[in-house]
Parts: sequence; C-alpha cells; structure tokens
Amino acid sequence: MISLMKQIEKYDNFFHSISLVTESCKGCINCLKRCPTEAIRVRKGKSEIISEYCTDCGACIRVCPHHAKKATFDSLDSMNEYEYKIALPPPELYAQFNNLDDKALVLNALILLGFDDVYEVAAAAELVSEITRKLLKDENTRLPVISSACPSVIRLIRVKFPNLVDSISPIVSPMEMAANAAVKLAMLRTRLPREKIGVFFIAPCSAKVTEVYAPLGVAKSQIDKAVALKEIYPKLLPLMKKIAAGEAENEFPREINKAGRIGISWGCHGGEAGGLLTDKYLAVDGIENVIKALEDLEDSKFMNLEFIELNACSGGCVGGVLAVENPYMAKVKLTTLRKYLPVSGTHIDEAVPPYAYHDKKIEYQPVYRLGETLEESINLMNTVDELIKKFPGLDCGCCGAPTCRAHAEDVARGVASEKDCIHIMRYHFYIAEGLKAHEN
Amino acid sequence: MSVLQLHYDVPGDDFTRAGEASSAIKNKLKQMGIAPDAIRNVAIATYEGEINMVIHANGGTIDVTIDADSVSLVLRDTGAGIPDVELAMREGYTTAKEEIRALGFGAGMGLPNMKKYTDEFELKSEVGKGTEVRMKVFLKK
Repeated sequence: MISLMKQIEKYDNFFHSISLVTESCKGCINCLKRCPTEAIRVRKGKSEIISEYCTDCGACIRVCPHHAKKATFDSLDSMNEYEYKIALPPPELYAQFNNLDDKALVLNALILLGFDDVYEVAAAAELVSEITRKLLKDENTRLPVISSACPSVIRLIRVKFPNLVDSISPIVSPMEMAANAAVKLAMLRTRLPREKIGVFFIAPCSAKVTEVYAPLGVAKSQIDKAVALKEIYPKLLPLMKKIAAGEAENEFPREINKAGRIGISWGCHGGEAGGLLTDKYLAVDGIENVIKALEDLEDSKFMNLEFIELNACSGGCVGGVLAVENPYMAKVKLTTLRKYLPVSGTHIDEAVPPYAYHDKKIEYQPVYRLGETLEESINLMNTVDELIKKFPGLDCGCCGAPTCRAHAEDVARGVASEKDCIHIMRYHFYIAEGLKAHEN
Repeated sequence: MSVLQLHYDVPGDDFTRAGEASSAIKNKLKQMGIAPDAIRNVAIATYEGEINMVIHANGGTIDVTIDADSVSLVLRDTGAGIPDVELAMREGYTTAKEEIRALGFGAGMGLPNMKKYTDEFELKSEVGKGTEVRMKVFLKK
C-alpha cells in the first residue's frame, strides 16, 4: 500500500484518492467521456487526471471496463499501529447485509475484528441533524443552506460555483463529528495520549477517503485511517455468523448501538434532509443532477427552500464506489432496519461542542480560468473560439479531450496540438495523398 | 486592449431552453477569472432578460462584450414593446399570463432585478417594434 501521506505533500489540497493502474489502462475514452468535471485527458495512450478539476466522485472507477481506475485507501493492517482502535462505521455498512434486523450484530463483529470501540457515524449524524435544525431556525442564517456532508459535492462547489461557497453548512460532516466525539471519549476512558488512539473510518467512497487526508472545512481530520467498506465487508460476514450462533466469547461494549432512524436514514438519498423536519428541502442525487441543481441554485431559480441535500452518488452514500450492495437494494434493507429503531438515539446534552463547526473557511478556487489575468483570459478565449471552428464538433474524444471545446482550450493553453484531432489529421492526409479533401 | 464578444440567440416560447444563454455566459465569465459577485450580477441580469424575451417577445438576442473594465450586455427583441416603461419597472408589476405565472415565472421582478444588479441600465422600447436593454457591470480592479 502506497503511503497516502506522501501523495498529499505533493499535491497539497488537491490530493486525490483515485489513481491509475497504468498497465491496465488501454487509453480508451470511457472515463474521459463520463467525467462530470472534464478532469480527464488521454495523453500518450493513458488516462490522466487533472488534479485541480477532479472531485473524487468515482464516476471513472465505475465506468472503466479495464478496472484501470482505482480508489486508494488504508489497509486493515494499519490497526497494528495503534494501542486503542476505534471503528467508525457509516450507516451504509448496515445496508450491505441480508436479513439484518439488529445492527448490533455488525457493531459487535467490528469488536470481534479487533477494534476496542465502535462509534456509529449514524449516531453523530443525528447530532449534525439536531444542530442543523437549530441553524435553520436562526434568523441570521442565510437560506438555503447546502449540506456539507458529501465531500465530492463540496469539491465541486469550490471550483465551479463561487457564489455558493458561502451557502455551505458550517457544520462538520457526520464522519468528522463521530471522530471528534469518539476521540474525546477514548482519551477520557483510556487516558492514552492522542497518538496511541487510532480512529478508523469505514469509507463507502473515494471522496471520503480524500476527505480524511485532505479535508475541506477543517484544518485536520480527527480520522487517522480510511479503510474501504468493500474490504471490511467480507471480513465481517463470518464474525457476524459466529456471534449469531452464540460462539463469540468477547464482551461487547453496551453503549455502542446508539443511532436511531434519523441517523440510519443518512445512508440513503433524502435521509439527511428528512432528519431536518422541514418540507422546504431539496434532495438531489447523482453528480450530473447535482451539477444541474447547483447551476439553477446559482441563478436563484429555486425559491422558498431552507436546505439542500446533495449526493454525488446515485441513491446517496449507499451508492458509493466502495460499497458492495446495489444501492437501490441497499435502500430497501435500510428501510427494513429502520423499522425497529427509535426516531433518534442521540441528542446534544449540553452546549454544542466547538468541533461541530468548520474551523477553516472553504475558499473558491478559480481553477477553470483560462489565463492568469483577465487580459490573458480574453486573448485565450478568442483563440479558443477561432480554434473551435476548425474542429468537427463531434466531441468524439479521440484527441484525448472530452469535447472539441475542451480540446480547443488545451491547444490554446499550449498543452495539446490541433493535429491531435483525427479529423484534422485526416484532412492533412487527403492533401498529402493528393486526393480531393473530404467534404468534412 | 483585448475584448471578448459573445452572441446568443434566444428562442421564443421554449421554456426548456430558457436560461441556456445566461448559463453559457456565466460559465464563460468563470473561465475569464472574473470576480464572483460580478458573475452573479451579470448572471441574474441576463437570466431575467432572457426569461422576459421568452415570455413576452418570442425570443431575441443577447450580445456580451467583456473588456478589462466591464461586462456590457445588449438584449434586443422584436416583440410587442412596453407601453409604459415606468410602470413596467415597478417591483411586482407583471403582464405575464396566468399559465406562465403558474410555472413560477412572471413575478414582476424581471426588469427591477436587471436594474438592481447592474451598474448601468438603459431601456428603450417602442410598441409594436420591440425592446432594447443595455446594461453594464463594472469590474473592480
């Protein structure tokens, strides 16, 4: 496993958890055409990610027929690095198993796997819901508030929607909330120094792995390692069977099974918004739909809304690229599981803890601008508009850019050549052959 | 000094395409690296104008000129024209048909918003001939 920390040092806040398996990449255009932020180019026969444009949504991982795009994450072996280990399972995890009617089975299996404690992300999500309900009632809050929970969406907003950056909720995501609460509890209980406590988030998607290592909104994440849901899933199955058969001898902590319906519902599209107990919300899933909704929101087309839930994955977090079960089936399972639970299992007892809020401003990053200055941008845009007339407008992707316009921009920036266009090349070929140039 | 000129045709009576031009303009401005507040002002002004052209004038054209100091917008249509400009500029005044208002449009904020979000606003209209709106948003240095 490569060191994630090393990569961050290289890329600073544009670190990504998606990488290329170079030898598997055939240089086809499947990922190129499906990347929602046009972050991919195929150069020298291999797919490359433009770091500044990528939001870690995972679309390329899903569509690559050669499995050449992969999500990086920490291995479970890294548990050995800590004296006291805490697992943070997200509600999506419960949706992976058949006939689960008590999530304690999953939580206890995590203890059996070697964790000393488990803090449900769904439990922390209920706290986030409660604080958000207060935020929406506060007359100083500018409505609508955009959810801060999906890291891919936050990355999208910060590069594409400058006027919406300030609408992002100032409240941390449930995973970060859970980590902070769990660490506080663990230090109190064990009296161990922070560095001996390992906080392990079970990530359903690549964007959340990125969020652990290069968080936005908080200076440093309290999560130490991000392990993949798909890796932990097969390890839990036999342990759950063992517990169900009464063969496990471990003592299980009593208070780990806390989250109720509101928290569990966060795993699916609409669940977060549903926990706010208002009808004036919009919930959008699927990155393409999210982009459209943000465009409309930016143009003030949406009226009378208090909250906007946006999930990059179709179906919500159950649709994450590191999840195993079909997202729609996962939703059915969560709905069944919900039935046996109280509305909310956790509440803010005292004052809202300071760690519930972002401590670092999310700033607009104008990565899509063409030039360094307005003058330069205007000149480049004029060049692009001239260039684009030469291209056929087929958006075929054969040049290595997703559209003719993207290719024209690359040529204007000096990172690609006009002749990368096979249609222009064909034209030159006809001329060289002394043939009548093709009509196109 | 370099200048960028953009031209858009706005089709009439097609609500599925209303906002297409203003969205395209907005994305160009983002690529120009123009300040977010100026982008918002231009986007609102062009969107309102575009919707007006779709509802009232059976379409029209939008011309945008970007230079170092400002974004200039010229919206032209050959629609029915506005008989009483002063009345039309009042917030909440609308002549939109009921079925259009049912779609969430025609709240009578179009022209007032165009004026509110731009630094220069000039409207010329002739009944039976059409309307021309010229607007300017200055770019802070």
